[in-house]
Amino acid sequence: MIQFSGVHKWFKQLHVLNDINLRITPGEVLVVCGPSGSGKSTLIRTINQLEPINEGKLVVDGMDLLDKKTDINKLRAEIGFVFQQFNLYPHLSVLSNITLAPLKIRKMQKKEAEEQAMTLLARVGLAEKRDAYPSQLSGGQQQRVAIARALAMKPKIMLFDEPTSALDPEMIGEVLAVMQGLAGTGITMVVVTHEMGFAREVAHRVAFMDHGVVLEEAKPEEFFRNPQHERAQQFLKQLLSPMH
Amino acid sequence: MLTYQFDWSVVTSGKYFEWLVSGFKVTLQLSVVGIVLAFIVGLLIAVMRMSNFRPVRWFALAYLEFFRNTPLLVQIFFWYFGSYKILPTAVNDWLNSTNFEFAAAVIALTIYTSAFIAEDIRSGVLSIPREQMEAARSAGFSYLRSMQYIILPQAVRITVPPLVNQFLNLAKNSSLAMTIGVMELTYQARQVESYTFKGFEAFTAATVVYLVLSTSITALVHIYDKRVLNPNRAV
Repeated sequence: MIQFSGVHKWFKQLHVLNDINLRITPGEVLVVCGPSGSGKSTLIRTINQLEPINEGKLVVDGMDLLDKKTDINKLRAEIGFVFQQFNLYPHLSVLSNITLAPLKIRKMQKKEAEEQAMTLLARVGLAEKRDAYPSQLSGGQQQRVAIARALAMKPKIMLFDEPTSALDPEMIGEVLAVMQGLAGTGITMVVVTHEMGFAREVAHRVAFMDHGVVLEEAKPEEFFRNPQHERAQQFLKQLLSPMH
Repeated sequence: MLTYQFDWSVVTSGKYFEWLVSGFKVTLQLSVVGIVLAFIVGLLIAVMRMSNFRPVRWFALAYLEFFRNTPLLVQIFFWYFGSYKILPTAVNDWLNSTNFEFAAAVIALTIYTSAFIAEDIRSGVLSIPREQMEAARSAGFSYLRSMQYIILPQAVRITVPPLVNQFLNLAKNSSLAMTIGVMELTYQARQVESYTFKGFEAFTAATVVYLVLSTSITALVHIYDKRVLNPNRAV
């Protein structure tokens, strides 16, 4: 579904992605973790070309991202992206946030788009907020709306860029629960997160990144029981007991 | 010793009152047509100014600098006296058979004001967080569609106060159209003064009408802002 082959990316002098080779199969849930500045957000943002790559080959849903003939807007419509800061459209109601892209890009009928939006809102537990505006919602509610908005395009791939990092601790669970509900439904998920509980329970595979390199790829039980790389061991130790 | 005899009846009834009313109608037409066109052209120039395609961006920049940095009166004279010198005779004949003064005034007011509106809208767009464009683009919207559905609606909402200023400027600047013979409010007030020597009354009446026009424009935009643009603004 997503294939990185020898992908490099630089920000000026900074080598943010260094020879990434990664294959994500359809329906798989991949958690990407690593210390801040390791390039994990950049990695996930290359998949829908919010960040273009400089070198190598990146094929997403059969489309080569470096091929000039690839219609990036068409590809993006198949990929849901959930941001750390939610990025709902503040001038639109919750319902309109969800129906905008289906109406304008998919040319869906208004009634159908609204029914679908209500189904999705019910699924994320926010049906009663259909007429609210983003500023009237808590962070956790906004993020659940953002997930519903992404799902409204019936994406094949969902990308989550630290979806719970901006949330108060008591709201993290509600967002993770929605994400857990998505996993295993056949949708391909790439999740950048520090929530190791989520990685352990939901991920099919964990990739550990540091300094722009994928140092380790493993099944979660292996990764957590027996991390191979020294940096991964340190990272996990720090996450589990941050006082030391 | 004040010897001037006030006679307000000159401007409240009769022939001269009708002149003023007809002048007001023309001022209103100039203002409404000018505001609508200036807003549309301003939006267009603002988007062009932010284009990734250099020739388009440079054209918009040249447009802005040119029309913001030359006097409106010169621009009005240019469109009225200057433009037809370079147009074919057939076009001029047609223009003369129409209300060319009015058209020239509308063109000048529209272009002049659109340059200011474009800059206001652009600064509104720049104040929208970059992430909004990212969210729109990752949903699959093209750059222009993202502008249309997500960025500009937000930018225009926060640009309402400076936009009102530009609309008011346009309405007031429409008085300059008298210089090319458009029979708008100031022109008619001047006529009333010439015929009656009641300059105080004539221009007081014109002043009051401009005041009412300006406050009405402000009120209308604010009602539109409250009812349509931001009905659920949290604060």
